[in-house]
Amino acid sequence: MNEEYVIQVSELTKYYDKHLAVDNINFNVKQGEIFGFLGPNGAGKTTTIRMLTGLSKPSKGNASILGFNQHNEIVEVKKHIGVVPERSNLYDELSGLDNLIFIGQLYGVPRHLRRKRAEELLKMFGLYERKDSLFRTYSRGMKRSLTIAAALVHHPKILFLDEPTVGLDVVAARSLRNLINNLKSKGITIFLTTHYLEEADMLCDRVGIIVKGCIIKIDTPNQLKKAIADDSIIECIFTHELSEKQMKMLTKRFSKSRIISKDSQTIHISGGVPNEVYEELTLFAKEQNIQLESINSIKPSLEDAFIKITGLSPIVMAVEKGGKNQ
Amino acid sequence: MINDNLRGIYYIVLKDMRTYYLKPPAVSWGIVFPLAWIMAFYLRNPQGFENLIPGLIAMTILFSTTAAGAVVINFELRIGSLERLLLAPITLSAVLLGKILGAALFGLIMTLIVTIGSIIVFGLHLNIFYLMMIILPSLLVFSSFGALLCVMVKEVFEAQTLLNLPRFLMIFLSGVVYPVSAMPMILQYISYILPLTYTINGLDHIFNANPGSMIFVDFIVLILFFVLFTLPAVKLLEKKFA
Repeated sequence: MNEEYVIQVSELTKYYDKHLAVDNINFNVKQGEIFGFLGPNGAGKTTTIRMLTGLSKPSKGNASILGFNQHNEIVEVKKHIGVVPERSNLYDELSGLDNLIFIGQLYGVPRHLRRKRAEELLKMFGLYERKDSLFRTYSRGMKRSLTIAAALVHHPKILFLDEPTVGLDVVAARSLRNLINNLKSKGITIFLTTHYLEEADMLCDRVGIIVKGCIIKIDTPNQLKKAIADDSIIECIFTHELSEKQMKMLTKRFSKSRIISKDSQTIHISGGVPNEVYEELTLFAKEQNIQLESINSIKPSLEDAFIKITGLSPIVMAVEKGGKNQ
Repeated sequence: MINDNLRGIYYIVLKDMRTYYLKPPAVSWGIVFPLAWIMAFYLRNPQGFENLIPGLIAMTILFSTTAAGAVVINFELRIGSLERLLLAPITLSAVLLGKILGAALFGLIMTLIVTIGSIIVFGLHLNIFYLMMIILPSLLVFSSFGALLCVMVKEVFEAQTLLNLPRFLMIFLSGVVYPVSAMPMILQYISYILPLTYTINGLDHIFNANPGSMIFVDFIVLILFFVLFTLPAVKLLEKKFA
């Protein structure tokens, strides 16, 4: 085992019947880093996590976690990893405290430490006041926090987080990101999947971009952004929301450029000549009888890099944003 | 790994008892239904109620183990908490065995209540060793049967619906209220492939104070049924996580 890498993945492939979900992927994750798997829904992110954590068997290839072979030493692997699935899946009928104690029992946390560890985590996640409330009475953010706490009961060396902030409000999502950074500072290696590009940009030391089961690029967010640093990006904000039809017209109009819909009023256009883009946008606004609030030249974001690297259409990105709002 | 699995099984059983079994719906299906059923037969023919006790115990075993047990796995699959168990350092077989033993333990509690109640009320003198030789494997058989049906379907209600057919078939054909030997030959043949027949057969021998060697045959057949139900249940569950 290479000491530097705690996760080593080689030619990992997964078929569901004839559907190829993960296609021959290779990557390594370094000790103590936050590694992000970035891609749209259905790209193979969750399937990869399921294979690495023993919930699904690879069709081909292998993975080593902390030097243990994922295929025939999965029980050993599980002792050293914590997993936070996309869905908060603790027991509704148990209180927050009892859920954590139960998980401690399953992982063999010594009897005299279980309660102490559970209470310590409840305090860390700001849930101590509600420790005796049933899990089903928790808010979505609290459920998410307790699910993460449950993954930490046995002091894992690696934490797998599948779409950690999906369904959380802005405040809860930000608080969770702070917590992930805290865990990193305690030496825990974190493997997370997300389709929120800003999240990957904020949290990850390195990002692997996965589309249709294939990893197409692995690098630091900064390096990914540098790759398109020379591209001019125009940010245009309209005073009113664009309809789907107007968005399609705009996409057609800038067919030689890349358009990213940040939200229904804001778009990013890259790859064009700035003056021509300004003129074209002004004309479009006039034709559609809509007002422009501002047009600016901005620095490329990870999202811009993602669009350039993956070649995904802005429509796909818009669907992604609409599908799983923060 | 054995220690990890044994620990996992133990805590899954405790957790399931707490979250699913010791609740009014499970208790009512496990004990009230068999009692009501037997009472109906008693009211029709009050003579010879003692002869119905083996049937009452067998029905308690059948209903208590399958009442909640047959839906727990599906329910946890649906809400994702079975995955939570599979993320722990224990094998899938251990998780399934934990579920089966949880249902069996609940069944044991219900069955002991009915059996001890019957012994006290009717002043019966039974061989406890032989009684356990039939009750314990029967509890495992019907728990594993519930688990098998559970993993064969996707939805919770499907498991319950699918379970009703063999459950009532066994009540009518396994000698709960009507002796197998008095049935037409074809129905007797069918009864031999139903596990409840061997439970009732064994209990009949014990209640007639004449266990003999046949009770060992019933015991072995019940163990075979347990294996026959458990192995495909493990395979089917593995398939769900393939």
